[in-house]
Amino acid sequence: MTNSWTDIKNTDLVVIMGGNAAEAHPCGFKWVVEAKAHRGAKLIVVDPRFTRSASVSDLYAPIRQGTDIAFLLGVINHCIANDKVQWDYVKAYTNATYIVKEGFSYKDGLFAGYDEAKRDYNRSSWDYDMTAEGFAATDPSLQNPRCVWNLLKAHVATYTPEMVERICGTPKDKFLKVCQWIGETSAKNKVMTSMYALGWTQHSKGSQNIRAMAMLQLILGNIGVRGGGMNALRGHSNIQGLTDLGLMSNLLPGYLTLPVEREADLNTYMSTRGFKPLQPNQMSYWQNYKKFFVSFQKSMWGAAATKDNDFAYDYLPKLDVPSYDVLRAFELMHQGKMNGYVCQGFNPLLSAPNRKKLTAALSNLKFLITMDPLDTETARFWDNHGKYNEVDPTKIQTEVIQLPSTCFAEDEGSLTNSGRWLQWHWPGGDAPGEAKADTWIMAQVYLRLKALYEKEGGAFADPIVKLHWPYKEAGDPKPDELAREINGYVVEDVPDPNDSTKKILEKGKQVVSFAVLRDDGSTACGCWIYSGCFNEAGNNMARRDNTDPDETGAFLKWAFSWPVNRRILYNRASADLEGKAWDPTRKLIEWDGTKWAGYDVPDILPTAKPDVVMPFIMNPEGVSRLFTRGLMRDGPFPAHYEPFESPVVNPVAPKIRGNPVARVFKGDMEQFGDSKEFPYAATSYRLTEHFHFWTKHVWVNAVMQPEFFVEVSEQLAKEKGIRSGGWVRVWSKRGSVQAKAVVTKRIVPLTCDGKTVHIVGIPLHWGFMGAARKGFGPNSLTPFVGDANIETPEYKAFLVDIEPIPEPVA
Amino acid sequence: MATPPKEPITVSRYTAAARLNHWITAISLVLLAISGLSLFHPSLFFLSGLFGGGASARAIHPWIGVVLFFGFCGLFIRFFRANLWDRTDNVWLSKLRDVLGGHEENLPEVGKYNAGQKLVFWLMSILIVVLISSGLVIWDQYFYGYTTIDQKRLAVLIHAIAAVTAICVWIVHVYAAIWVRGTIRAMTRGSVTGGWAWRHHRKWLRELVSGGPKD
Amino acid sequence: MASLSPQDLIRRSASSITPAANKLPEVAKMIDVSKCIGCKACQVACLEWNDRREEVGVNTGVYENPHDLTPNSFTLMRYTEWVNPETQSLEWLIRKDGCMHCADPGCLKACPAPGAIVQYSNGIVDFVHVNCIGCGYCIKGCPFNIPRISQVDQKAYKCTLCSDRVAVGQGPACAKACPTHAITFGTKEQMLKDAALRIEDLRSRGYKNAGIYDPPGVGGTHVIYVLHHADKPEIYASLPRDPKISPVVEIWKGLTKYAGLAAIAIFGVVGVLHHLVNGANRVSSQDEENAKRLKEGRS
Repeated sequence: MTNSWTDIKNTDLVVIMGGNAAEAHPCGFKWVVEAKAHRGAKLIVVDPRFTRSASVSDLYAPIRQGTDIAFLLGVINHCIANDKVQWDYVKAYTNATYIVKEGFSYKDGLFAGYDEAKRDYNRSSWDYDMTAEGFAATDPSLQNPRCVWNLLKAHVATYTPEMVERICGTPKDKFLKVCQWIGETSAKNKVMTSMYALGWTQHSKGSQNIRAMAMLQLILGNIGVRGGGMNALRGHSNIQGLTDLGLMSNLLPGYLTLPVEREADLNTYMSTRGFKPLQPNQMSYWQNYKKFFVSFQKSMWGAAATKDNDFAYDYLPKLDVPSYDVLRAFELMHQGKMNGYVCQGFNPLLSAPNRKKLTAALSNLKFLITMDPLDTETARFWDNHGKYNEVDPTKIQTEVIQLPSTCFAEDEGSLTNSGRWLQWHWPGGDAPGEAKADTWIMAQVYLRLKALYEKEGGAFADPIVKLHWPYKEAGDPKPDELAREINGYVVEDVPDPNDSTKKILEKGKQVVSFAVLRDDGSTACGCWIYSGCFNEAGNNMARRDNTDPDETGAFLKWAFSWPVNRRILYNRASADLEGKAWDPTRKLIEWDGTKWAGYDVPDILPTAKPDVVMPFIMNPEGVSRLFTRGLMRDGPFPAHYEPFESPVVNPVAPKIRGNPVARVFKGDMEQFGDSKEFPYAATSYRLTEHFHFWTKHVWVNAVMQPEFFVEVSEQLAKEKGIRSGGWVRVWSKRGSVQAKAVVTKRIVPLTCDGKTVHIVGIPLHWGFMGAARKGFGPNSLTPFVGDANIETPEYKAFLVDIEPIPEPVA
Repeated sequence: MATPPKEPITVSRYTAAARLNHWITAISLVLLAISGLSLFHPSLFFLSGLFGGGASARAIHPWIGVVLFFGFCGLFIRFFRANLWDRTDNVWLSKLRDVLGGHEENLPEVGKYNAGQKLVFWLMSILIVVLISSGLVIWDQYFYGYTTIDQKRLAVLIHAIAAVTAICVWIVHVYAAIWVRGTIRAMTRGSVTGGWAWRHHRKWLRELVSGGPKD
Repeated sequence: MASLSPQDLIRRSASSITPAANKLPEVAKMIDVSKCIGCKACQVACLEWNDRREEVGVNTGVYENPHDLTPNSFTLMRYTEWVNPETQSLEWLIRKDGCMHCADPGCLKACPAPGAIVQYSNGIVDFVHVNCIGCGYCIKGCPFNIPRISQVDQKAYKCTLCSDRVAVGQGPACAKACPTHAITFGTKEQMLKDAALRIEDLRSRGYKNAGIYDPPGVGGTHVIYVLHHADKPEIYASLPRDPKISPVVEIWKGLTKYAGLAAIAIFGVVGVLHHLVNGANRVSSQDEENAKRLKEGRS
């Protein structure tokens, strides 16, 4: 989230699209209810299904899954055509005025530089014209036909309300009403918030779905303001923490990136991470990259990371592929190239796509280690459960080791919520049986590995043997020790350059924040963006003071929000070029003539003059990007691509199947079905009664939704002879499931490109372990393809067929 | 010197089986009345103490009802023929004043049962059918799912009214047995004196003597 | 499960009491249907707080689970897919069902067991299971079809409005668990004020018939609903339009109760009087003689 859960109460318009906040985030949804009840805010829900969120909405518009970009570009088109633009904001705080290089183009669904064989672009033309001084060229008058604004205008012109209806199936009148309500928030005193989740990410163009809304929000001037923002609702209580701490195969903590093979030394690595400002006087905060990186290396390898050895740069693994995401991991297992798998707090047998392939992949392993509080399906993948897990245990040689771990209520630590709040928590009870904290398990494994390396050497023992391990009890690092390490501390005294009797940093002290981190090895910090969470003031994550001066929803004394306890990112953008709030009633921070101050921690150098330093300090431009240059693989603007399995041909680019640069492994393309064979558009989703595959282990949740079902419209039910409460079989090119049918008015057939599209809804909470009735997950059906940029699997749009069946014999 | 009392002749009125049948039914009816009344009016709730409390009174009441039903079925089969209505019953009924005044000389000769007894018999037959049917409807422990709540409401009202009526009929029955001296022995010893039969059921006595129908 | 003080009673089933002069302020649970997202947190909280265990059921083609109130589930979300004939738009109406805590409780009126159902001066109608005899009369008395008899202990169960929590100054568990504050709890006066604000908001959003459901037929209730379509309560999973204690129950528990006892008494008294006036109907020796003669004359 750019903003926080509590800030949603400040909004005028909530748009839930690509998510179902009421259903999947019921606790956070209270702030929507708050905004509606106390601010008169309106709620728009755009979804293929009439969801629980829709049940309390003011306006619901149906949409075919996988067509969000067409919808959103249609809204942008409407806003541009009808002058629903926050012009002062767009001109000053976005790259609308920037001039794009000659050679950049978009035609027939493809941007310049496409290489069909590689399924990739040469993105060199996707950039700005540069001035002689080395800055990006701009045209503040917006007259230049190659300025971003004019390119955008041309790009979205295709997405007329008629085209939106043709692609999305959204009736034109509903679409125009959505446009009208959204357009109203271009006023300086009106704000819209976007709440989205996996309904946008789980597509082969998931990142671009989010881009499209981010662009719309920028055009409306809704980023950085109270009640606005792009608010990603994270699916797990700590999934924000997971990404922040870099638990992605290509990331280091704090969104630093893991080196790739060609970056053999620190200098080469840093050469592409300079982030020279693209406009004069801009902060381009990533210029501090090296400070964060070196401090991270120091926290990892302590004294072994020295200036002489490039701060142990060689100890870091170097990627030979863009990422080892879950799809690639299973592909490698499937090919027999990955032989061991440590599966910590993850149940891929139900949460990764194409279940058959997953089972085959796990069966190829020599060993599988699971660390989980629950007896997961993954840990039991070898166990025959009849039709629910049709495997032959005698044919599977994988050795499975289950390490029971504690659950969140049994251990201490912090969870990072969607709003970037690090909230410390304490155990509510003791763990049962032999369950141990993950940190204990990892420490025990590490100490044994270290002993082995010390004894036996090995190709490169240093990264393991020299790992910095300062914990009081080596076999059981404590949460506060880890938190202090993440916050960062001073390794060597740093004398004051002006007065050598004084020290600006004192050895052994916690650093106050990342602002004091250094690239000379005198500071260590496990995750720079979390720095400040546990400094000399104590454990700031454990703060529980819920005072909120003037009820702005900031709650600055509650827990700790990264970065540096800032509650709303880009909050400098809430004020104009003179430093005055766009909307005085929604004042956040203002320039008092000498510095920035207000209700939140300013997201800018406090002394940065408002007309000089622009608000988007992480970008070298200082402004936000409507045009993302070459930073995304599939285009500097979003474009509508159909899902890989789509009931219709892409009306704007008929020759292109799916996202043209999404990675498809060999053999998986043949596993995509077409609409002749599989006529119905399926989507998967969560229900409020359950959390993923966890709560089916809990009796009372199992009572609330006991049995796997699929949802179909009354029209499809009639056509296929499906009875509500009766049994159906649903199958795709990759698998088949049996389920109860829920026939509902909440799903209606849509008309897309002249064709009736029926939608089949498949909730995802059942498996073959736990208290609930045995069932299937949608991943028995879903295709093995992910987003072009981050490889999130395409769970939300695929094709199936469906038929009624007699009640299966138990 | 007093002459030794003349031993009156006796006439057999009920077999042992019939008496057993009657008393099972009678006891059931009394228990039903007591347990039923305990749930009927708060002031009588204390009666449930006889059954070990409200919950057991509630639990046992319908089972006693079943016993009563089958008991009464036995009585019905035994006695329904003798209780068939005939013309003299109308005459008897029309002279109710003489009946209540005990002026049986003014009444027509009566067979085994007079019109009053027949009325008791038929009223009880109807009431017991009503009670068992309405009782089943409100026997929630086993039959909750078979009827709607509205039907149950009606059933409970009908059950209450029928039960009150049955109790009133029972009072008439018992009172008549007490008032007409010499009656009770018919259900205890099985026999009545000839004089009792002559006075109250002369036609029946004549039939007995002439070897007519015995029941 | 009663935990309030006996001094707070204003009614006690099958018994007469004199309520104390000091009355607790009337409380109410307000269920704002327009804020409810049907998450069932209330159902879970209810099961957990009351320590009840429900069976894992099946899916029958709807979202309701369990499929009805049970002796364990004192509350249940009921879902109705309703197409508004005026707008042709689908509305998914979700109503939390459970005891309404009537001011004039039909269950209490029907209950034959002294003290099995009580009403406190704050409006809570509670079942006292130690006194319950499991007769099911409360089911017949209730205009909302709420109480359920347990097949395990043959006692009636329903929402207690968490009288045990309320007794110590807490709100009901469902209200505590509700993530959107669709369920709130406080004095009835305050709840009615809050409801008025909600209705104003709903009317501003085009629900011109938004209103409070606090049915006068049962003297008002201590669970009140805010409905978007208060003119049509029946669309919310058959919420009764004008609930009142069934006239059949009124006759049963009113006229019949008194007339019945009177009838029985009259019959008894008439018998006694008759006996006093007329004396016993005895067989005379002449009768015996006649009988003997009849028998002998024949033999």
